[in-house]
Amino acid sequence: MRKILKDSEHLLRLVGVFAAGLILFLIIRHAIVPKGFGEFGHYRGPALDDIAARPISFAGHTTCEACHDDQAKTKAAGKHAGLACETCHGPAAAHTEDPTEHAVMKPDPKVLCVRCHEADPARPKSFPQVVSKDHAGDISCIECHKPHSPLP
Amino acid sequence: MELNRREALKTTGKFILLSGAARVAFDTLRGESVPDADKDKYKAADHWWAMTIDIDKCIGCGKCVEACAAENGVPDGYFRTWVERYRITEDRGVENPLVDSPNGGKNGFPILNDHPDAKSFFVPKLCNHCADSPCVQACPVGATFESPDGVVLVDQKYCIGCRYCIQACPYGCRYLDPRKNVVDKCTLCYHRITKGMVTACVEVCPTASRQLADLKNPNDPVHKFLRENHVEVLKPQLATGAKVFYKDLDGAVR
Repeated sequence: MRKILKDSEHLLRLVGVFAAGLILFLIIRHAIVPKGFGEFGHYRGPALDDIAARPISFAGHTTCEACHDDQAKTKAAGKHAGLACETCHGPAAAHTEDPTEHAVMKPDPKVLCVRCHEADPARPKSFPQVVSKDHAGDISCIECHKPHSPLP
Repeated sequence: MELNRREALKTTGKFILLSGAARVAFDTLRGESVPDADKDKYKAADHWWAMTIDIDKCIGCGKCVEACAAENGVPDGYFRTWVERYRITEDRGVENPLVDSPNGGKNGFPILNDHPDAKSFFVPKLCNHCADSPCVQACPVGATFESPDGVVLVDQKYCIGCRYCIQACPYGCRYLDPRKNVVDKCTLCYHRITKGMVTACVEVCPTASRQLADLKNPNDPVHKFLRENHVEVLKPQLATGAKVFYKDLDGAVR
C-alpha cells in the first residue's frame, strides 16, 4: 500500500505525544477543578446550595402568629400593625423550634421605644416622635402605652 | 501503521455516527433519571431578586443592621447593611453633606440638633446586587458570581482572600471576614429567599421602608413602585446594573 506521506511515522509520533499531553491535561484538570464548576457560569454550582443551606435566625411573623394569635390580633388592630414580632423581640427561630428551652427577648422599653420615637430632625415629619425627657420624664413608656397596641 | 484515505474516512464516519448515538442515549438516560416530583422546589431561573428602599419612610432605627448581624453572624465592626445619616447644611451645601453612621447605625443614631437648618434624612445601604458587577469581574478565581436569580454571592470554599473584589466594589459593600480570611457580603439572605421568606432586614423594618422585590414576578408590587415613583439607583453613571432602587433619593447621596 502506498504511503500517504513520506516518513509519516514522524507525524504519528508527534500525534502520540500530543495525545499523551491531552490525556495528562484532562487528568490534572479533573483533579483540580472542583465538582460543579461551570454548571451555571464561571463558578462552583454547588456553592448556591451551600449558601442556601445556612441556618435561619428570624422565623418570620407568620410563624409567631401561628401560636400567639391573641397578641397578633391586638397588634393588627393597633398602630403597630405593620411591625413584625421580631423587630422588637429579636430573632425567634430557636424559640419556634423549642419554646420551653429558648425564650424570646423581652425588650427594655427605656431603650427600645426611643430608638424609633425619640424626636430626630432626620426622621420623616409624619412619623410620631417625642422628646422623651419632656414627654414623660422618668416614667417608663409602657406605663401609658401598650406596646402591642400603643394608642394613648 | 498505514492508512489509506478510504479507510480513514470510513473510521471517521463511524466515529461521528457512534458519538451522536451515544449522546442521544445519554440524554435519554439523564432525562429519565430526573424525578418529576417537587414542583414547589425553588427554581432560580424563575426569579430576579432586587430590593426597593423608600427614603421617606426610613426612621434610622437601625433594626435592619441589627437583624442582619444576628441572622448572618456578621462580626462586630463589619456590615453587610448599614444606615447613613445625611445632613445638608446651608454653609456646606449639597456637594459637601455631613454624613455619619455610628457603628453602622446598629444601635440607632444619637439625636443631633447642631444644624437646625439642615435637610437631613437616612439612607440604608447594602449590596446592590448589580447585574454587571465590577466585583464579579475582578475575581481571579471565580469565587464570586451573579447567581441565576440575580444575587451576587461569594463561594467561601473557593475564595482565596485576595481582596480584589473589595477594591472593585464602588459601593463599599464587601469585607474580609477576619475569622475565616475570606470575603463576605450581603447574600440578600439567599438562605431565606430561596425558602419563600423575606430577608432579615425586610422582615424587621418597622416602617416597611425596605421591600424585597422579584422583578421576574409579574404580580410583585415592585413594578407599580418603579412605575409610580421617582426611583434611582446609587451611582447610575457607573452602569453596574444596580438592583437596589431608592425612592426619592437625594442627589447628595454618594
